[in-house]
Amino acid sequence: MRSDPVVQVQALVKRYGDKTAVDGLDLVAHRGVTAVLGPNGAGKTTTVETCEGYRKPDSGTVRVLGLDPVRQSSDLRPRVGVMLQSGGVYSGSRADEMLRHVARLHAHPLDVDALIERLGLGSCGRTSYRRLSGGQQQRLALAMAVVGRPELVFLDEPTAGLDPQARRATWDLVRDLRADGVSVILTTHYMDEAEQLADDVAIIDAGRVIAQGTPEELCRGGAENTLRFSGRPGLDVGSLLKALPADCSAAELTPGSYRVTGKVDPQLLATVTSWCAQHGVLPEKISVERHTLEDVFLELTGKELRS
Amino acid sequence: MTATGTGTYTPRPGAAPLPRMIAAQALLETKMLLRNGEQLLLTVVIPTLLLVLFSTVDIVDTGSGEAVDFLAPGILALAVMSTAFTGQAIATGFERRYGVLKRLAASPLPRWGLMTAKTLSVLVTEILQVILLTVIAFSLGWSPHGNPFAVLLLLVLGTAAFSGLGLLMAGTLKAEATLAAANLVFLLLLVGGGVVVPLDKFPQGAQDVLGLLPIAALSDGLRDVLQHGAGMPWGDVGILAVWAVAALTAAGTFFRWE
Repeated sequence: MRSDPVVQVQALVKRYGDKTAVDGLDLVAHRGVTAVLGPNGAGKTTTVETCEGYRKPDSGTVRVLGLDPVRQSSDLRPRVGVMLQSGGVYSGSRADEMLRHVARLHAHPLDVDALIERLGLGSCGRTSYRRLSGGQQQRLALAMAVVGRPELVFLDEPTAGLDPQARRATWDLVRDLRADGVSVILTTHYMDEAEQLADDVAIIDAGRVIAQGTPEELCRGGAENTLRFSGRPGLDVGSLLKALPADCSAAELTPGSYRVTGKVDPQLLATVTSWCAQHGVLPEKISVERHTLEDVFLELTGKELRS
Repeated sequence: MTATGTGTYTPRPGAAPLPRMIAAQALLETKMLLRNGEQLLLTVVIPTLLLVLFSTVDIVDTGSGEAVDFLAPGILALAVMSTAFTGQAIATGFERRYGVLKRLAASPLPRWGLMTAKTLSVLVTEILQVILLTVIAFSLGWSPHGNPFAVLLLLVLGTAAFSGLGLLMAGTLKAEATLAAANLVFLLLLVGGGVVVPLDKFPQGAQDVLGLLPIAALSDGLRDVLQHGAGMPWGDVGILAVWAVAALTAAGTFFRWE
């Protein structure tokens, strides 16, 4: 039995003028890390900003930690950490100044110096905010989201544009937050980020959640995986197909290079290798390709994620 | 996944006590203001230069008596306008543009707390300005008269009126438009608001209109008290009060946080 959801969104609709940004969105996030995945313009930021209390729903209900983010904002704000997609810091302030300030607004903040070290911002010291690199500004915004020791943090595209090292530092912090019992809602358009970090993934497209589940569930559900092997050219694919379960397909893509698609499980692998043995074929370079979230997304939306 | 032990990040949420939040915010705002070169130019350098220049060089006929006795009240009014209106409008406009207001709106500090802190920061800056300009004016031979409470009331009402106008501008226009407009208004009111140029130099019709401006009411009121030893200049107090109520109401209604 899971505990009460940290975020509960029901039939959320949000329009800007005649453009519908969120169109009847349902989302339930439990404790742990939930990734909201979708292309630009899918409604991720609008959804998160509604949860943060910045926007009033045109219709539908939003509850965060059981509270209404607009009407019970003053009860909710101290319990939630917010990382905006950009900005949020006085352009004239020094790197650590705004973080110390946000810490002062909380009753039991984290140790600011330790947090600065942790996020690799120690060298920024007294540099002014506007002179920080984009990655440093983003890590500072992340630090501002967690410094008040919140129960729940919203991270809007926390690693967009970060170099691999900074990205890893951010991921490590998210894992530590999770381990210490902080729930995280993060928006991303990076599949690997969702696969690496999230207990639960909600895929958003055109203002609706089109799929939700653990990364494993999403990759398994309905999706087909691929098994590839090489052998001598001109094998009898028809005979192989007969040996396979009914919902599989097999093809020789280029001479000597074969592909089997279907529900790839140990049984299927055994069937293929025994068929090869029967036909005196030594399969070289046999590989099983797991279906990725990227494939799932493409199947669900017909769109590339980063378009 | 229950929060058991006590890890570094184990949740322990809570807002700091309200007075501490407001004090921290006011301190930060004041620091940002005093660190900003353009703001200092506006709030310190220009009023000081004008006071010294116009007191010592006979540029404008300021009527009978010492020039500094005419100028000092006008420059105090200018100082209030530079901080409460121009400086606050520009700073707040860019805070809005850079998402600072948005980020703070998600912090435990309530919005009214942020506005209180901004007001405190304006008041602290004004006190520093008044001290500086008073010292300079005395060194130039200023001899003020009048009721200090009347002066205080005029300064507070002027601050309220200019803050309302500055926030109205910052909360509705783009940051760049606010920057341009706030500077332009500063310049126009400096010339046409009875700060260094007596209003009676203008044609009668213009005087009647200019006299209703908040800067004119503030400089005229301060001059009535400090130069002429009047009790309470009710006319100017009334004009400033109307501006204060109207501007703060409009700012409260139309201010957009992002």
